[in-house]
Amino acid sequence: MTRTLLETTDLTVRFGGHVAVDRVTCAFHAGELTAIVGPNGAGKTTYFNLISGQIGVSAGRVKLKGHDVTRFNVSRRCKMGLGRAFQLTNLFPALSVLENVRLVMQSRMGKGFNLFTTAASHTEITEAAMAVLSRVRLDGLRDQKVSELSHGNQRKLEVAMLIALDPDVYMFDEPTAGMSVDEAPVVLDLIAELKQDRDRTILLVEHKMDVIRSLADRIIVLHNGALVADGPPAEVMASDVVQEAYMGKELADV
Amino acid sequence: MGLRLLSGDAPRSGILSLLLIVVFLGLALAPFLFPGVRALHTAATICVFILLVASYDLLLGYSGIVSFAHTMFFGLGACGVALASIHMGRGWDALLVGTLSGALAATVLAYVIGLFSLRVRAIFFAMITLAVASAVAVLVSQLFQLTGGEDGLTYQIPRELTPAFRFGEVFGTNLNGRLLNYYLVFFACLALFLLLLRLVNSPFGRVLQSIRENDFRAEAIGYRVVHYRTAATCMSAAIAALAGSLYAIWLRYVGPDTTLSFEIMIDVLLMVVIGGMGTMYGAVIGATIFVLAQNYLQNLMGVAAEATANLPLIPDLIDPNRWLMWLGILFVLSVYFFPSGIVGRLRAGR
Repeated sequence: MTRTLLETTDLTVRFGGHVAVDRVTCAFHAGELTAIVGPNGAGKTTYFNLISGQIGVSAGRVKLKGHDVTRFNVSRRCKMGLGRAFQLTNLFPALSVLENVRLVMQSRMGKGFNLFTTAASHTEITEAAMAVLSRVRLDGLRDQKVSELSHGNQRKLEVAMLIALDPDVYMFDEPTAGMSVDEAPVVLDLIAELKQDRDRTILLVEHKMDVIRSLADRIIVLHNGALVADGPPAEVMASDVVQEAYMGKELADV
Repeated sequence: MGLRLLSGDAPRSGILSLLLIVVFLGLALAPFLFPGVRALHTAATICVFILLVASYDLLLGYSGIVSFAHTMFFGLGACGVALASIHMGRGWDALLVGTLSGALAATVLAYVIGLFSLRVRAIFFAMITLAVASAVAVLVSQLFQLTGGEDGLTYQIPRELTPAFRFGEVFGTNLNGRLLNYYLVFFACLALFLLLLRLVNSPFGRVLQSIRENDFRAEAIGYRVVHYRTAATCMSAAIAALAGSLYAIWLRYVGPDTTLSFEIMIDVLLMVVIGGMGTMYGAVIGATIFVLAQNYLQNLMGVAAEATANLPLIPDLIDPNRWLMWLGILFVLSVYFFPSGIVGRLRAGR
């Protein structure tokens, strides 16, 4: 029996009369990569927001490693091992590439309230941050201001910041969106590498079917906020409900 | 060693380094370089305002928090010294008790304001500080039995800090208590400024900057934003109060015009912006230029008006009575040409 790291029970959120996420019950286990698919507006990112705490739930609960975190704030969930990379690049634009990752490292090492030492004197933080940057091949751009970075590199930095956090639950929201064909593999290889660690669970919102096929152990499908399919990739992709709700639209889009 | 004192935050510009050295030496040697009561008073005011502006920059420039209550905290520190000196009698213990209780009161008040308003949007905090600051200003004016109202308070400080205390002469300068008082202000401000410089370059300071840049993401990587904002507000308030205490020790008088008035708040805001937000050195440059202009622009214009007395129109334009207008024009120009402040401009122009 695999360990359950994250669980949502009847998770629901309404905006006015619109139900954006509708009673989603799902469990995510260690050593598993779950792709979350669904047409635009299906509630994938909203589901992510509920799990990581950016928006409050209307009903239902979120359990992280056995603890009910439904009422916990974002930073507390993060400290408990939930990490997220964002769909729209969401960095510290005026700071350097290195500083962005250093800030994550510093948070993970619990040194945020260190008042009387200089940040530069914490070489252990800098070294750990550099190690992460070299994994996404951004080490050469360490002193570049983030706002001057190309879109692809900003996406890589987004992923680097999540890796630096080293959470138990990784949440990727379209990590390769807008990346060029030769940049995307760096990120995808990293996700594949992360998958090797059997203590983690990875949630991945992704549109590209080839990416899902090569990475996912399991697919869940959201449609109009509700969970409509859950299972191994081949099975889910072949099911009628997905053909209708997702693939049909996807093909129509192409 | 020097760089360690500056917490590794080098000026990163030749001209800026030079300016800072000039300001530092000018202030350190002020009693010997610029004899005269008025010059020394200006120097002491510069010291106090550098500290006050730097503590405000911790909020505005580093944390992105707009507060209108900064002079209130400044005033609390000054009031602490004044009230303690009056009620405990002249003495060092009164200065110490007054300073500490002023700083404590400022910290507690900042904590309460922060707790109520920093959770929500930044503009709300600005509004609350404005309301609280106005309320306190009215309160101080109304409680005149305690605070002296609009007249303010005069009180005595230890004899060792007053001109009456003489102990010799060096290079033609009388060594008296006023000199000691000046150096108390100077070294206290220097030490607290270096402390601020350390704070903004510490891991904590980096978190503040990340919150300024993107509080949403700072929260998502595990920093409880409201705690950091509240801590920064409290620290800033405490240091502003300490600056107020030093000013009160220097002036031996506390009144609404010297510490609490809204005009000072505007001045502080201008000093931060002119010097350069988010650079502690901006406080040094901004405060020095501003206080000098406030004290000497009028004289300078008087001299210039006399020199051009024979020309048409010009003497009228630079009549000393119009100094405020010219001060205003200088501000507009400096903000227009140096939107990132003088320090920002100097660092970018390298």
